Amino acid sequence: MAGTALRGRLTWRVATVATVADETDHVRTITLDLPDWPGHHAGQHLDVRLTAEDGYSAERSYSIASADGEAVAITVERLDDGEVSPYLTQELRPGDQMEARGPIGNWFTWEPHDGGPLLLIAGGSGVVPLRAILRHHQRTGSNVPARLLYSARSLEDVIYRRELDQYGGSAEVRYTLTRRQPPGWGGFSGRIDDAMLARIAWPASQSPLAFICGPTPFVEAVAELLVARHYPTRRVKTERFGGA
Amino acid sequence: MTSPVSRGFHRRRGPAGAEAGKLPPGQHATTDFPVLSAGPTPHVPLTEWTFSIRRGGQALRSWTWPEIQGLPAETVTVDIHCVTRWSKLGTVWRGVPVRTLLDQVGYDAPHVLAFSDGGYTTNLPIGDVSDGRAWLAFDYDGQPLAPEHGGPARLLVPHLYFWKSAKWVRGLELLDRDQPGFWENYGYNNYGDPWREQRYAGD
Repeated sequence: MAGTALRGRLTWRVATVATVADETDHVRTITLDLPDWPGHHAGQHLDVRLTAEDGYSAERSYSIASADGEAVAITVERLDDGEVSPYLTQELRPGDQMEARGPIGNWFTWEPHDGGPLLLIAGGSGVVPLRAILRHHQRTGSNVPARLLYSARSLEDVIYRRELDQYGGSAEVRYTLTRRQPPGWGGFSGRIDDAMLARIAWPASQSPLAFICGPTPFVEAVAELLVARHYPTRRVKTERFGGA
Repeated sequence: MTSPVSRGFHRRRGPAGAEAGKLPPGQHATTDFPVLSAGPTPHVPLTEWTFSIRRGGQALRSWTWPEIQGLPAETVTVDIHCVTRWSKLGTVWRGVPVRTLLDQVGYDAPHVLAFSDGGYTTNLPIGDVSDGRAWLAFDYDGQPLAPEHGGPARLLVPHLYFWKSAKWVRGLELLDRDQPGFWENYGYNNYGDPWREQRYAGD
């Protein structure tokens, strides 16, 4: 179980690509065959190392997209000027090998005993660790109420859309589209603001637990809105990427 | 273990500044300034801000914002290395050497725990902050340090991974016995030397 996974050194293991699946035109999910993976908590990440024929290597960290007990998966967004993400999203195919080690990070994680209600707020590819939390929530049959509010530029940019559309009951998923909405769009539009949170965020009196992941300005803005709604700062967990 | 070759992977011309020898193992250079924080960004008015050196929870000495600004500051150009694998080369900071502050209290403790607004902590051996390699930094790139980057003031300890450079720092607790801080309790290395790639517990 993941609780013991950080005892001692995290060793690099050979990972073989099992499947690749395009989520959007620039985002791909890669499942890895990782023998002896020690298990992980939803929300943790792993490191990958790619090695070229000339011995050059590059390492990156990625959030784990899968729940514990599923094949380990990462979801990678292509950055065109990057060195690793174009390879992972365009060149990689089943059977290819890399190295991986993990799981890493014990803060931005959720287990059923952490309770809730859960408020998950994603910006763009920040949905990846929150998808792992939702899957873990479902797999464990948790009755903790969970809501995901996912901000994407357009419907075509929504990662895991088919999967997320199937949620209901104890886990609800709502989208806000910031740049372009399809005709007849019934979800939210525009950036997340206090009026949107008034409809989505659990009242602070229910002592909710919030996870926010996305680009830095997005996380800064949403975290500030939740603090203004009297969420205690220790119940607002954040993970940010990109420049400020 | 020999690393397997990742078919079709090859070196690309790295981003600007990725000069050989300046990047610790496993790092890549970025021209962005990414942010890694565990929670919301705190905001404390400068009129209420103090920096304290404590022992056993008691302040040995506190400085107000104007008092800190009145101390001799240094401008330093350093490379910074985040455990999430980005490095930013040639960053310019202005701040007061931590040594200056420690010298004003007199100290004999082997460890410190830096503490910050928002509850963040990180631990360091005293020698890593008392020998002129650590600053209480309040300007970045000629401007007041932005809140999301730790303003009004953060520690700057560039020879260690950047989580040791505590944002929103409000003081140092002198300790007889080492005590892990926030990320050190959540699986990260106790010391964090990027050149020895001490990212995680056990590295």
